[in-house]
Amino acid sequence: MNTVATETLSVVVERDMPHPPEKVWRALTQPHLIDEWLMKTDFKPAVDHCFTLRADWGTVECRVLAIAPNKSLSYRWDALGVETVVTWTLTPTSAGTHLRMEQTGFRPDQQQAYQGAKFGWPKFFGNLEQVVARSD
Amino acid sequence: MNPASPDQLFRSLADPSRRAIFERLCRDGELTVGALTASAGISQPAVSKHLGVLKQAGLVRDRHEGRQTHYSAQVRALAPLVDWTSQMTGFWNSRFDKLEDVLKRMDQ
Repeated sequence: MNTVATETLSVVVERDMPHPPEKVWRALTQPHLIDEWLMKTDFKPAVDHCFTLRADWGTVECRVLAIAPNKSLSYRWDALGVETVVTWTLTPTSAGTHLRMEQTGFRPDQQQAYQGAKFGWPKFFGNLEQVVARSD
Repeated sequence: MNPASPDQLFRSLADPSRRAIFERLCRDGELTVGALTASAGISQPAVSKHLGVLKQAGLVRDRHEGRQTHYSAQVRALAPLVDWTSQMTGFWNSRFDKLEDVLKRMDQ
């Protein structure tokens, strides 16, 4: 299931994978595997490690923020003038792993903005879609 | 005027007071600072300051008439914000597809 989580102005993509968390974790954290599904990278699973992701359209500047092996991983993701945080969460299921990716459009130091988003956005975005639909 | 970056839009709308002002203009159409202040629960200079930030982000437009300034919402300025979420959703969905392929090829 894929949804745009409007409550925090974030993008959330979730999927059930028929593979154990340890295996999914390797695909998320080993550079030669990341190369294959995301972008070319010099990622290392260490907090504060700065790395880049490179594609033909440009470079994403990243920094590891938090890491809990086989459970969660988050990094700064700055690209195309937008500063965001990408957080991966792995939850074991009977069939494998529920993998969740959330990308939020706020810097971690913008606490005020982030709190504002958390408490103020739901109503606003509830209206936004209707407003945008009407304006076309 | 150049379209505001999504980051600028996030910042201008992250403040609850500014968001309330913008919502009010979306709902009620063109209003003066005085009319906005009456319902905002904050001072007129504060409302004016918020309107300045919204204007800079392209979210409101002002029109002078005599001694009054009328403000209106520019809903189309929200387009980059809506575009960003839909673009990123598409991007991550395609990456999840690739990730599934990689996992299938990997050893346990």
